Amino acid sequence: MTLQMWTFLVVGATFALYLGIAFWTRAGSTGEFYVAGGGVHPVANGMATAADWMSAASFISMAGIIAFQGYDASAYLMGWTGGYVLLALLLAPYLRKFGKFTVPEFIGDRYASQTARLVGVICLLVASLTYVIGQMKGVGVAFSRFLEVGFETGVIIGMVIVFFYAVLGGMKGITYTQIAQYVVLIIAYTVPAVFISLQLTGNPIPQIGLGGTHTESGVLLLDKLDQVVTDLGFAAYTAQKGSTLNIFLLTLSLMIGTAGLPHVIIRFFTVPKVKDARSSAGWALVFIAILYTTAPAVGAMARLNLMDTIQVGKVGDAAGNVEIAQVPEWMNRWKTTGLLAWEDKNGDGRIQYYNDKSEAFKPKAESFGWKGNEMTKVDNDIMVLANPEIAGLPNWVIALVAAGGLAAALSTAAGLLLAISSAISHDLIKGMIAPNISEKSELLAGRIAMAGAIVVAGYMGINPPGFAAEVVALAFGLAASSIFPVLMMGIFDKRANGLGAIIGMIAGLSTTLIYIFWFKGWFFVKGTEMAANIPANWFMGISPEAFGAIGALVNFIVAIAVSRATAPPPEHIQHLVEDIRVPKGAGAATGH
Amino acid sequence: MTPENRAAYWKANLRLLSILLVIWFVVSYGFGILLVDTFNTVSIGGYKLGFWFAQQGSMYIFILLIFFYAWRMNALDQKFDVHE
Repeated sequence: MTLQMWTFLVVGATFALYLGIAFWTRAGSTGEFYVAGGGVHPVANGMATAADWMSAASFISMAGIIAFQGYDASAYLMGWTGGYVLLALLLAPYLRKFGKFTVPEFIGDRYASQTARLVGVICLLVASLTYVIGQMKGVGVAFSRFLEVGFETGVIIGMVIVFFYAVLGGMKGITYTQIAQYVVLIIAYTVPAVFISLQLTGNPIPQIGLGGTHTESGVLLLDKLDQVVTDLGFAAYTAQKGSTLNIFLLTLSLMIGTAGLPHVIIRFFTVPKVKDARSSAGWALVFIAILYTTAPAVGAMARLNLMDTIQVGKVGDAAGNVEIAQVPEWMNRWKTTGLLAWEDKNGDGRIQYYNDKSEAFKPKAESFGWKGNEMTKVDNDIMVLANPEIAGLPNWVIALVAAGGLAAALSTAAGLLLAISSAISHDLIKGMIAPNISEKSELLAGRIAMAGAIVVAGYMGINPPGFAAEVVALAFGLAASSIFPVLMMGIFDKRANGLGAIIGMIAGLSTTLIYIFWFKGWFFVKGTEMAANIPANWFMGISPEAFGAIGALVNFIVAIAVSRATAPPPEHIQHLVEDIRVPKGAGAATGH
Repeated sequence: MTPENRAAYWKANLRLLSILLVIWFVVSYGFGILLVDTFNTVSIGGYKLGFWFAQQGSMYIFILLIFFYAWRMNALDQKFDVHE
């Protein structure tokens, strides 16, 4: 069977499965629509959370980032997993005890302020909308590369699928689809990794293979990789390249941001009990860690395979580099996508891949007759997408990777769309504009909001507003600097009041936004940058991506100071805080 | 539930939380980032130890921390009779 047929078969089968689930799990009440009726088993919720959390970026891009940054990419690995410890210990059980449908609703009730709730809604909408655009783009990319249909067609097919199970089933439909999508994506991620680990180290477990011996050379795999890349002028794979402060703050920002992302938090509203919220976060991290501990192996092994493909012999030998006429088939195939490009700068008919920015390596390169790095483009994403081809795996594995990438993008998109629609129908319409609407009307409003969000996300996915690539910094910066601090203080600081929360959120948010816009342009408009986005210009060497932690700190300090300087929250709010601190008396989540 | 009982339960929770968050910080920010060079002088299973903590070990420990917290808190809920 051809690759094309395999891909249609595997992707088609998974889509049929998602649609089947959509019909089986239609939501009949707002409780089912917002929190799946509150009856999801903690292990099932953990699996759904894992799929909800792991996006196209985790599935497709992360291993590529690790491959090219080596040790420095640890910030993503620790940052995107360590946030679950904060979530399990500081937020999830208490928010579950509170027992409402949305994150802004907690903010509004706890701080007895509709303004605070509205600020919460705005933060949620901006963070979730920017995030969902990236997912829709991911769907389009996966379709156009693997199924050879147009990018737009791909996005529209994705929109239709999400429409069915998210609009009909709400959280209930999304939960069961996400469980199916987790299974698809984790198989798609680990199968190639196991094969590659076996090929390179003889050990089928990638987590152990990464620390194992490289069969061909007999030295440790990581030592071999360090040597291969340093021989070509690159920094050692396991060595630190960026500043310690920046890696520290990036990790912290990603952790706090993860714990503050509303679409992740609301997943913990779906479990029956407070104790389930605690264990469910643990299960979520188990399922996430299966992919996240495999990714470093995928990254390192793909990098080694790539280097070996181009540097076939000794560095500096005339015949040490691969002939352009002899490059493997997968290189030509990916060249047509534009993700991979090379150019024979010195006209020797071979490809040299080395670090031409290294001053130390320059004299050597000149003595070899090399005239610059000839691998002019190696996109991060290629490390996962082309991995099975690089390792020469059968076609069905490649088809599986396509289905896995789609599952990762669709599951995250659905979770985000639910957070968006519930903020609109429950917080804005039911909570502020029309408090007296019936449950039936609210459910309808939720469905319309969901459909609207899908159309907006799809449109923006097809016509990305230029800043699509910057959304990670923005979404995490917003969640870290605005949402996480108010939630945590709402539980742990009885003295925190509405005014403190509002001014704190605005202070944290504006600090972070101004810093991001300063280096990336106001509202990401190119040409309006106040300074070039390079380490020399950054405040104390802190990158815009890593600044969310500073914003969170500002939020905490301002909120605590303002709260202490003004009247304490009213008696009934203090009782509310007392009440959410103990599990006893938690009912099913309600909207009232 | 008496206010004293409530306060004691919350205090026990905060104590457990603090200990676990110290471990959370030490394994990731400590071993994986601030002390990575020191730890890299030691090798374990083919990994440099600091690199292992940063790309593998901290994640395993995060999982253990959450389940340990869930287990201890369930016991605490029973002890103070605040379970559901």
